[in-house]
Amino acid sequence: MKAFLKYREIWLAAAIIALIGLISTRFPAFADPGNLRQVFNDTSILMILAFGQMVVILTRSIDLSMASNLCFTGMVVAMLNAAHPAIPIPLLIVIALLVGLVLGAINGLLVWRLNIPSIVVTLGTLTIYRGATFVLSGGAWVNADKMSPDFIGFQRAAFFGIPVLSWIAILVIALFFVLMTRTALGRSIYAIGVNPTASVYTGIDVGRTKFIVFCISGMIGGLAGYLWISRYVIASVEVANGYELNIIAACVIGGISIAGGIGSVGGAVLGALFLGIISNALPVINISPFWQMAISGSAIILAVVLNARGERQQGRIILRKVEAVT
Amino acid sequence: MTDIPAPRHIPDRLDKPLRSAIFSWESLLVVVAAAIFAINSFASPYFLDPYSLSDLTFNFTEKGLIAFAMALLIISGEIDLSVAAIIALASTMMGMAVQAGAGTPELVAIGILVGLGCGAFNGLLVTRLGLPSIVVTIGTMSLFRGIAFIILGDQAYKGYPESFAFFGQGYVWWVVSFELVLFLVAAVVYWFLLHRTSFGRRVFAIGNNPVAAQFSGVRVGRIKFILFCLTGLMSGIASVLITSRLGSTRPSIAQGYELEVITMVVLGGVSILGGAGSIVGVVLAAFIMGLVTFGLGLLNVPGIVMSIFIGLLLIIVIALPIVWRRLRGNS
Repeated sequence: MKAFLKYREIWLAAAIIALIGLISTRFPAFADPGNLRQVFNDTSILMILAFGQMVVILTRSIDLSMASNLCFTGMVVAMLNAAHPAIPIPLLIVIALLVGLVLGAINGLLVWRLNIPSIVVTLGTLTIYRGATFVLSGGAWVNADKMSPDFIGFQRAAFFGIPVLSWIAILVIALFFVLMTRTALGRSIYAIGVNPTASVYTGIDVGRTKFIVFCISGMIGGLAGYLWISRYVIASVEVANGYELNIIAACVIGGISIAGGIGSVGGAVLGALFLGIISNALPVINISPFWQMAISGSAIILAVVLNARGERQQGRIILRKVEAVT
Repeated sequence: MTDIPAPRHIPDRLDKPLRSAIFSWESLLVVVAAAIFAINSFASPYFLDPYSLSDLTFNFTEKGLIAFAMALLIISGEIDLSVAAIIALASTMMGMAVQAGAGTPELVAIGILVGLGCGAFNGLLVTRLGLPSIVVTIGTMSLFRGIAFIILGDQAYKGYPESFAFFGQGYVWWVVSFELVLFLVAAVVYWFLLHRTSFGRRVFAIGNNPVAAQFSGVRVGRIKFILFCLTGLMSGIASVLITSRLGSTRPSIAQGYELEVITMVVLGGVSILGGAGSIVGVVLAAFIMGLVTFGLGLLNVPGIVMSIFIGLLLIIVIALPIVWRRLRGNS
């Protein structure tokens, strides 16, 4: 039981349940399963993005360009759909994944081949990708009336009472869970974050692995691009402006250490849900939505204070530091 | 008994032959700046005019002021993403003070003090609690701007006194604006602080090896705290300038400035990993960014496309020396 309580995910889950309880004292219908399903659906995109960011942060890197990638890829699929409504949605999703992959690979190559710190590379591509969206669209918007009914309806179709968007999120959770806990790549990602030097000696190609994680975050950005545009049914240059910091916030609240090596899929899910619940709850309990920003800011600071305490003992330690062994 | 090797002569400072001066980062920036200046004057007939050149300076002075303090902070191995949010909060507080009937001196004091207070808050969290600054300042970025949103919502503060407009719109002499003078004075002050005082050497020492610095008697925590305060202070000053220039306050004021300030610092040759950089480089980078945005503006290029050039400039200027070194190394 004690070992069980050591996991921060448990504490975070408890905090979320307490939060839901608190909200339902003022608005009982909030804790309704139907409403919670709605909250999960609303949070799906943030959650998916948080996994992409998580694998990058685990390797001691950061990807600030995810929201710009989302914006660019979203514009590409929206324009494709407007010009050729006949393209089936699954194919569009594959295109979104590929476009995102290319943008992520550019980040990854600059980090891997030129050894430029990832924060510099993605700070640059953050502005480049968003600017490229403007060049691509000529500043025009793609509105709902130009999108095909399938484009908009795909993620809203329900299977077993749950919309496709939520199913996609569940699928991505499962994929990342397998990746992080059952594959060599997942272990390499953790190992690089804990101790990059030791990783080299154990035969992990650190540069190549970083390239791969940027490809993963790029593909996630691309996927989220389609999902975002078809959810909010408008594609413009302003889409998800500044959202990169929300993604990082979800990771930080979920207990993923910015210093690398510590964090889990469960944590990312909970971190995103925490932010999603707050943004869904504020309007129903009659607090001005303008409070949201300050609340998530305080949550980030609180989370990082709490995480810093546990970080010294916890985490998946695959390669131990020398000091710890002796 | 074996021979004791003769003690090696260790020079006080490394030789700086002309060659290394020519190939330094600053000279590269001078070349880039000159090239952009030349391209601009060919591309637009309106560019080489004292009044347009004066307008140009408004593009970078406010961000440049913050960039000096940010340069020191990044050299010491920390970062502050909350600077734009500090501008928003300080501006909101000044707006509230105007509603309460404050005069120009009080407004300036409030702006600067709020900035300083926010910087101190960041500094306390990072140095006292030992938290990573990138995460702390992402948090305070939401918090500070969030408070501005709570106070203002979708409203705006207006009605700043006329004498307050001088800071962001006034000219000291002919086309030389108050903002430009302040920028140049700050450049000299920060150059002196970083390159000519023991404080500056300690900043470099911390950035290169915080543990070694600590064992050499450098008060790492205190110096980092001072640097966060300085960054907050400069953001407060920038807030006074922007608020004065715009004459109104919205909670979305200066949105995204933090990334432009950091781009300026990195473009100026400051290592994002800490331990290296110069104020001259940051001044040049500020000029370059001002030149690019202003030149493209004269050609009616929209702001969002300009950002592509800034982003490309950042990556190319950082990548070029690396590629260059590698090509020379291989041959």
